[in-house]
Order: sequence, then structure tokens, then C-alpha cells
Amino acid sequence: MAKWMSVAQVKEKIIEDSAEEVTARYLEVIGKSKVNGYTKVSEKALEHARRIDSEGHDGPLAGVPIAIKDNISVVGLPNSCGSKILEGYVPPFNAHVIEKLLSAGAVILGKTNMDEFAMGSSTETSYFGPTANPWDLERVPGGSSGGSAAVVAAGEAPFALGSDTGGSVRCPAAFCGVVGLKPTYGAVSRYGVVAYANSLEQVGPLANNVADIAILMDVIAGYDGRDSTSIDSKIEYQKALVDDVKGLKIGVPKEFFGEGIHPDVEKAVWNAIHKYESLGATWEEVSMPNIKYALASYYIIAMSEASSNLARFDGTRYGFRESGENWHAMVSKTRAEGFGTEVKRRILLGTYALSAGYHDKYYLKALKVRTLVKQDFDKALAKVDLLMAPTMPNPAFKIGEKIEDPLTLYLSDVNTCPINLAGVPSVSVPCGLTDGLPIGLQIMGKPFDEPTVLRAAYTFEQNTDYHTKRPPEVA
Amino acid sequence: MITKEDVEHIGWLARIEISEQETVEYMEKLNSVLEYFGQLDELPTEDVVPTYHVAEIYNVFREDIVEECLPQETVLANTEYKQDGTFRVPKIG
Repeated sequence: MAKWMSVAQVKEKIIEDSAEEVTARYLEVIGKSKVNGYTKVSEKALEHARRIDSEGHDGPLAGVPIAIKDNISVVGLPNSCGSKILEGYVPPFNAHVIEKLLSAGAVILGKTNMDEFAMGSSTETSYFGPTANPWDLERVPGGSSGGSAAVVAAGEAPFALGSDTGGSVRCPAAFCGVVGLKPTYGAVSRYGVVAYANSLEQVGPLANNVADIAILMDVIAGYDGRDSTSIDSKIEYQKALVDDVKGLKIGVPKEFFGEGIHPDVEKAVWNAIHKYESLGATWEEVSMPNIKYALASYYIIAMSEASSNLARFDGTRYGFRESGENWHAMVSKTRAEGFGTEVKRRILLGTYALSAGYHDKYYLKALKVRTLVKQDFDKALAKVDLLMAPTMPNPAFKIGEKIEDPLTLYLSDVNTCPINLAGVPSVSVPCGLTDGLPIGLQIMGKPFDEPTVLRAAYTFEQNTDYHTKRPPEVA
Repeated sequence: MITKEDVEHIGWLARIEISEQETVEYMEKLNSVLEYFGQLDELPTEDVVPTYHVAEIYNVFREDIVEECLPQETVLANTEYKQDGTFRVPKIG
């Protein structure tokens, strides 16, 4: 069995052999992993696959294995969010996306590593230790869905789910040379996903090709009354897989090619844009003057929401608890011991930004800047069909290189977080290599225009071979 | 600029115990991030309305009917600190 297979190939293999054999083969590859991508491998995966063989299943993913980020609730598997504070916690309910996957027949291989509570761009802040980039084991896989991207890139799962609050699907997709989509805000239910900054985040798929992203979106997207921001868009994602970009208008926002961008990244992205031109699309430069304020606005909003969302982790109902002489001492000690440094930093900053006297200066200001960033997207996307830019300004950095200085790490989200402020869809697709490290092309579209975003990504894939490159270190 | 006292106060508001040594570390790191946030001051926003979220949804209602919820023993299954069907915590004061 080939190490890297598309979902279509996996399904053929299941018919040829069995779901059990396919799952067993993935478990064997996971057993020899060099990347530390899984925080927990399911002990029930084989049994589940066997049951699909014996009972039959007519779902679109019958017997197809998948990896799930460790902040998405799966009954019977720990949901640790890469944190000590959730030690021992096993969710009693499934996230909406898991219900959808299970009814489609998918077999869950396990939970994947992440930055603690999805706060990071490198998967180094996990309580379970860092995940390695399959292209260079001394480098980060990106984050926060670094485990999901690394296992897909390393052939340890055909595809995976991640979550994207400020780039957490697209950044690791770019660093690991896989495809990753952040859907339009509201397209996928967040029910059962542990909230970090709920006005910004979406569950998103990671895969080795665009078609598999569409297959997964057809399963997980759709209305769910348990998420009050859920919207029924009725999009048929696989119908978007058309190899044609003739007449498509591409906008290139110069603000996404700012200071500090790696010359090879810039070159690879422009090569991609010229490829589109040769396929019949047109491009023009567009200006989005408020993008330079997006990062500060994003972090203030994300930290403020986090300070509120993470208040629930108090040692009372689940997870780790430290003893204390009274309620306040118990909670304060539990949170001091249970959260890692970066999570505590963000809670403290968010608490400060929301506190009396500072609310207007920081939080309200950030929300107003968010409006201006959103207007930049609205204006640009009124003129063009899509925007294209680098996903990450640089290729994957070394483990330990940026972790000491939070601000340096935050700056790596400069091209991904504006998209979350605006809520628009955005996909990262492989568009080249520099010194053996993958580069990601980011394609952004209008709200709920995933079909155009995916059509462009699919067309690029059909006419280039970047997505067929595999990391030699894990081959 | 936030002071050591500010860090202690925020730590109390957020219910995170911070040691003397950590207070200084947090103060330095938090100030460097706040300094970066300060760049937003240069952007005039008096007439701009805030965006709390981008979903074009306002009030979400459902019928007021009782739905199935998790059984009590399932809810209590994730902690050893429980008593008589409730979560057990230390006294408040």
C-alpha cells in the first residue's frame, strides 16, 4: 500500500482489501512515526474498521481513516487541547463535525498535537512536547494544528481536521506542504470544539490535495442549531473541482508582501500568479491599507475572548485540580499549575484589555479596527474574484528559535490573521520549495465563495506538481 | 506601561497565582506586547462602528421545549471531587 494516498485511492484499497487492512497499515506507519504528531492513538480504530467491513456502510467515507485535532471532542478519546489542565478529561459527547464524520463512515485514528489551547504558530507550547516538521525534523510544523498537518504530510493519515483562529490550519499546511482550508465563518459548526476566540475560529480540513478538502467539506459543513453562528450555505464543495480559471480576476494585495518576506517565498507566489495568468486568469495589484493594523487588532480580540472562554478551566468539573485552602486559592493554584506560560500570558493580557479603564483603549479599539480590515476585504473583493498572497512570509523555522519572544512568534501570523478578522474563506496550497522546505500560496475569496477558492486551488494543482512532493526524511 | 502591582491585580482578576519572580517576567513580556498594540492609536476610529463578529446573524431563537441532556452520572464522570450528585469544591472564604 502506498504511503501517501488520496481519499479516492484509500476507498479503492478498502474495496480491494478491507477497511481493517487500510487502518492497520496507517497504525503501522504511526507506530514508526518520527514527528510526534499524535497525542493519542485510538485503541478502537481497528475494531471500528472491522465493524465497517462486517456490517457494511454506505457513507461517503466508509472505512476511511482520519486524524482529529485535540481540541475537537470525540467520545472516548481524551480532549486535552495540549494542556495539563485537561489531564484525564474524556468528553461525554461528540462535536458536530465528529457526528458528521462518523455517520459518513470515517474511522478516527486518534487525536493530534497542537499548541496549548490553539495559542501558537509552532506546536511548541503543547504539554506533550513539540511536533516535528516531516520535511526537517529540527523545524516546527507550524501551528497551532501542527500535529494534523505533520501526520498528513508524513503519510500517517490521509487527511485530518484542524481549527483556524488566526492561521492555525493554513500556517501548518504551508510549513508541511499540504493543503489546508479555513472555511467562511459560520460554514462549519463549532459545537464540541473547545473555544479559544470564538468570533474568529472555524474547523478546517487538511489534506494532500484539494479534492480531499472538498470531500471533507461536503461531510462536515452545514447548519447546526447548537452553534448560534452556524449558517446553512448549501454549498456543494466537490462540484467546485473544475480545472478552469479563464476570466477569473485575481487581486494581489501588496501589503501581504511586506518587509521581512523570504525572497524565495515571494518568487514562488509570483510564479503561481503568473501560472494562473497563463491559464487564462488576469491579475492586478490591490491595496488594503489597514492590513498593517490587523495583527494588533487580531491579538487583542483573540486574547480578550480567550480570557473569558478559558475562565471555565477552574478544576471543578474535569481535568487537573490543585488543592487550596479555599475556593479562590484552589482555582488560582490550579490555573497557575495547569496552564502553560503562553496561555497564561494571553489570559492576563486579555483580562487587562477588558478591565475597567482599558476596555475602550484596547478591546473596543481593536473591534473598530476589525471593521476597517473587513472593509478592506469587501472593497478589494468587489473588484476581483480572489486575492492571492503568501500564506507565511517565511518557511518553517527551527524548534526553539522563536519561542522565547512572544512578539516575534505573533508576527509570523501577519498574513493569516486578517482573514479571520474578516471571516472570509482562505486556502493554503503548496507552491514550491526553498532549501527543501515547502512554501504555501494563500487564496482568499468572498464569504461563502469557497467554490471559487477551491476551483482556483484545484486548477493550480491540476497544472503543477508541487502537491506531489513528499518529505524525504519520512519517505 | 503596566507595573508589578498591575500584574498582581490582573492575576487576581484572572484567578492565576503569580509568584514574585514571575511578576517581573510577566511585566516585561506583557509590556512589550502592549507597546506593539499601541500602534493602533495612530489610526482614527471615532466614526467607526465596532465589529464583534462577521456572521450576519442577529437574534437566534428556538422553541422553548425541553430537550434531552446528559445524565447526571455522565456529567460527574470526569472528576473525583463529587458528593450527592454535585461537584465538591473547597469553601469560598
